[in-house]
Amino acid sequence: MEKQQVKRMALRDTTGDKIFYTINAIFLGILALIVLYPLYFIVIAAISDPDAVLAGDVVLYPVRITMEGFSKIIERKDVWLGYRNTIFYTALTVILSILVTVPAGWALSRKTLPGKKAFMIYFIIPMFFGGGLIPFYNVMSSLGLVNTIWAIVLPAILSVWNLFMTKTFFESSIPDTLIEAATIDGAGSFRIFGEVVLPLSKAIIAVMALYYAVGQWNSYFNAMIFLQNENLYPLQLVLKEILIASESTVGGSGETILQQYRLANQLKYVSVIVSSVPVLLLYPFVQKYFAQGVMIGSLKG
Amino acid sequence: MEANAKRLSLKKERAPKKKMTKEKRVRYFKDNSPYLLMVLPAVLVVFLFNYLPIYGVLIAFQDFMPGDKILSDSTIWVGFQNFERFFSDPQFWPLMKNTFLICIIGFVIGFPLPIIVSLMLNAMKGKKTAKVLQTIFNGPHFISLVVLVGMLTLFFGRYGLVNNIAAHFGGERYSYFLESSAFRPMYILSSNWQDFGWSAIIYIAALSNVDPQQHEAAILDGATRFQRVMHVDLPAIMPMVSVMLIMSIGGLMGVGYEKALLMQTDGNLAVSELISTYVYKRGLTGVPDQAYATAIGLFNSIINVVLLIIANTTSKKFSENSLW
Repeated sequence: MEKQQVKRMALRDTTGDKIFYTINAIFLGILALIVLYPLYFIVIAAISDPDAVLAGDVVLYPVRITMEGFSKIIERKDVWLGYRNTIFYTALTVILSILVTVPAGWALSRKTLPGKKAFMIYFIIPMFFGGGLIPFYNVMSSLGLVNTIWAIVLPAILSVWNLFMTKTFFESSIPDTLIEAATIDGAGSFRIFGEVVLPLSKAIIAVMALYYAVGQWNSYFNAMIFLQNENLYPLQLVLKEILIASESTVGGSGETILQQYRLANQLKYVSVIVSSVPVLLLYPFVQKYFAQGVMIGSLKG
Repeated sequence: MEANAKRLSLKKERAPKKKMTKEKRVRYFKDNSPYLLMVLPAVLVVFLFNYLPIYGVLIAFQDFMPGDKILSDSTIWVGFQNFERFFSDPQFWPLMKNTFLICIIGFVIGFPLPIIVSLMLNAMKGKKTAKVLQTIFNGPHFISLVVLVGMLTLFFGRYGLVNNIAAHFGGERYSYFLESSAFRPMYILSSNWQDFGWSAIIYIAALSNVDPQQHEAAILDGATRFQRVMHVDLPAIMPMVSVMLIMSIGGLMGVGYEKALLMQTDGNLAVSELISTYVYKRGLTGVPDQAYATAIGLFNSIINVVLLIIANTTSKKFSENSLW
């Protein structure tokens, strides 16, 4: 109500205000174009004749539309194997991470958690100091995780940032009185968590699931250093071969190089789309929870 | 984190005092032991993947071969020898310079941008348009690094968009990926393209909590919208800005290897080799020198912690904002 009042009062803008609003809108509009154009270009380049792309004719709209690139990527077995692996790793990571993060976040948000301060310090230290890459690799190696899917999944099931965000969500969104009432009714801590808290926590669970899912879907490095078996490669590692390695591995001379670039680039455009679509589709779907989940979490965290 | 600290001190009032009888203490513990069970899996994961590697940094002070035990009778301790080796490594200064430059330039551009964008979005007339714009700005955050660098090659590669258009107009093809001078601009601008919207979220959240009455009062005083941005909105997000500033300063030598490794070519190695990528190469590729790589990594982590502490202490001294 108060906000509307402000709006009404501000309706009579001065000339200076009008200029301000206009410049503001123009600047943000340009920024939106800068963000959108590269994404748009990938799409039009993927469905255009590769010769037209190479000739620099494809700038604003697709030229001689073809789906050749898509049919080529469907033939790539490694892409689909990578896709399948990534879906599996992501699902596993999300399930385990929610099981670990949400109960821990709830416990840390309770004032009566025995040794709460010690736990907090325990979780804060790794945010600012770590052993680094090599000791991490050695730990994974001595745990026997190298070249197994657990090297990809297990280190990804807890992010301390996410844990603290979850904790803050519980502190600010679950009223103490509700918990007290449930306790008086004789419910135990586990029952309260399962039957009172969790149903009220859909927003944070959705946001956490999105964070962990995107993190796992997009990561390549752990897979690169821990996996030797190509059948276990996640999508990003396969993409790395297609998108980046090929820049230097294209051989031959003159016309053949150009021909290879022509086809390689088409495959690149298509693979960018094929790999990013699931995540970009997921995001607006979960976005409605953002206002409740992330905003609260980040504000107080 | 500030809020956490406050809550911790609140806890003191409610937590059981020593004067509780033994019986009561046992009961208190029993009542709350489910919470211990809930936090246990997280404790375990952090122990395995964060604390065990911290223990593993001991090899930085050893003559260590892969497969050696970290602590055994045959462990050869070499003190700071690995660190001294790094300081006299011809790569030392180039690495320090490359790491610092990419961080500081990234900071100068990347730190104010989300703040400006959040203020501008907040000052927009159409709230629905602002929401749509915010959704657009957040989008690139969800693109993977592999795809982002892939996109860079598609735009700036020898046969990428920029070169294709240049060739179209009779220009020379130019391999941005093989040029040292193009590495930092590409790295920094693409990082900003990807994350400025995402980084703006917390400022936008803080702005949505500004008391409308402050704006009303300012309007009555005849303030223009721009003046209200500067004198109402900006002060409202200053505590958040300070916290982010402290964190950014703590990260001024902390650039990771993931993106740089993907962008490295023989041509740009002179500027694209960073401390973190060097650690990866010396520790995990070729003939690995793990103790040496760990020492370099530890040196880097210590710089980051020291920077963070300096930033926090300074901020504490001159303002009320600090991480701890």
